[in-house]
Amino acid sequence: MMDFINFYLVPGITLGAIYALGAVGVSMIFGILRFAHFAHGDLMTVGAYFALSAVWLLGIPALAAIPIAVALTCLVALFADRAFYKPLRQLPTIYTVIASFGVALIFRSVVQLFWGTESQVYSVGFQKPIVLFDSLRIATRHIQIILATAGITLVLHWFLHHTQMGKTMRAVSDDPALASVAGLDPEKTIRWTWIIGAGLAAIAGVFVGLDTDVHTMMGWNLLLPMFAAALLGGIGKPLGAIAGGLIIGIAEEICTYPFFGESLISPSYKSAIAFVIMLLILIFRPRGLFKGRLL
Amino acid sequence: MSYKILDVQNLTAGYGKLPIIENMHAKVDDGQIVVIVGPNGAGKSTLLKSVFGLNSRMSGDIVFESQSIFDAKTSELVPMGISAVPQSHNVFPTLTVEENLDVGTFAAPPKDKTATKAKILQLFPDLKDKLRQQAGELSGGQRQMVAVGRALMSDPRLILLDEPTAGLSPAYLEVIFDLLLQVRDSGVSILMVEQNAKQALRIADYAYVLVNGKNAYEGTGAELLENDEVRKSFLGGGAPK
Repeated sequence: MMDFINFYLVPGITLGAIYALGAVGVSMIFGILRFAHFAHGDLMTVGAYFALSAVWLLGIPALAAIPIAVALTCLVALFADRAFYKPLRQLPTIYTVIASFGVALIFRSVVQLFWGTESQVYSVGFQKPIVLFDSLRIATRHIQIILATAGITLVLHWFLHHTQMGKTMRAVSDDPALASVAGLDPEKTIRWTWIIGAGLAAIAGVFVGLDTDVHTMMGWNLLLPMFAAALLGGIGKPLGAIAGGLIIGIAEEICTYPFFGESLISPSYKSAIAFVIMLLILIFRPRGLFKGRLL
Repeated sequence: MSYKILDVQNLTAGYGKLPIIENMHAKVDDGQIVVIVGPNGAGKSTLLKSVFGLNSRMSGDIVFESQSIFDAKTSELVPMGISAVPQSHNVFPTLTVEENLDVGTFAAPPKDKTATKAKILQLFPDLKDKLRQQAGELSGGQRQMVAVGRALMSDPRLILLDEPTAGLSPAYLEVIFDLLLQVRDSGVSILMVEQNAKQALRIADYAYVLVNGKNAYEGTGAELLENDEVRKSFLGGGAPK
């Protein structure tokens, strides 16, 4: 039982937290800007590398570099929106979707150009896990990631339900035409969507780097589970995306647990779990768990 | 002394480059309910959308409180004192009733939000115990109340209503018309497009009949109800009840 918690459940929740933070942005961008942002994974990579530079240049721990990474990634996202997505806003969304593939390639290539293609780590050395109740062993980084994600979820919930901009974002996501009739400013709402989406993507990128390593394909590789999480939670439902991320992360990890003496599936196939969940959701519950928008 | 809230002068407007209404005029005075009636496709909703900047205005002028709003965008009109309620999809379904009302204050905050909200809940007491319910779960009539309530939250001087009784049961029809009279009496002028022409003309202070995108008849609600041609052509014939 303890093995299950130590080696499957806690890493599953950690992985789920990372998916969740990325999926919030995917879900909000889909809900408000009405397009699937395929550069979101690479935005995560950009955030992780900004933090890496801060770690190298300032000698601070990766967690302390998060505010710098968030600020710079938000600027990059706002620039990308102004330069690449805004000119396409009045055209059918497929133009913007294809453009986001191009932006993803630009992000990745720029990262490779400046930081190289080698994998990097924020810190070297072995961190002793925290031992609770004699047998529960949790890595410090896992505790940090899970607690930070829980805190972010609470703040996000408060923001969306108790601030004017949060309610505006939910209103635009519900019905953009009515929001415009109500006189709400769409461009301001879009800016805030990028700030929150990119900020959380940067945090997720740093968490991936903390949990494993930083490499240029890290964000692109996480795109499928992030989209699956956003669909599972319901498009345009940020808190649904968090629930979706956690479910997919946990499902991916515990599917490899030897419940009946053998793993349910081989660990090398665990990334297929997100794909299977995405297919099932699209077929049987297309509005997701939190009744989001239909695709 | 009444003065003109809205003066639509020789307006030609439509979608893209296609004109739907041509050389139309309409006026709304202070504290009036003005109703636009006419057959389907006459351009009634197009007129409302043109006033609210939601389609292309081509020529003529639209004057609100002595100021031309011909080139004004929708987002500029709400702070100026005009609100609108579309015919369908007029509430934010996943927001609560209270949040829907709050959204009405974002573009043009009223002087005293609490007092405005209390006034609206006095007008629509049905909403009082549904404030925390999602607007999408309400009945059609209650949704209409939320929609009008949202439009009133910015303390407008004029609200534009596109078929406020569309899809409602006959029982609710009277309720909504009665509420609109109360809204007018609270000092808000109303320009309304309505399919239930007979009932709408009964509460109208003034009305216009539109045919093929042009003004065909106009007069007080009572005058149009008495007009034989209007009755025969647009009110299903018969004597006025």
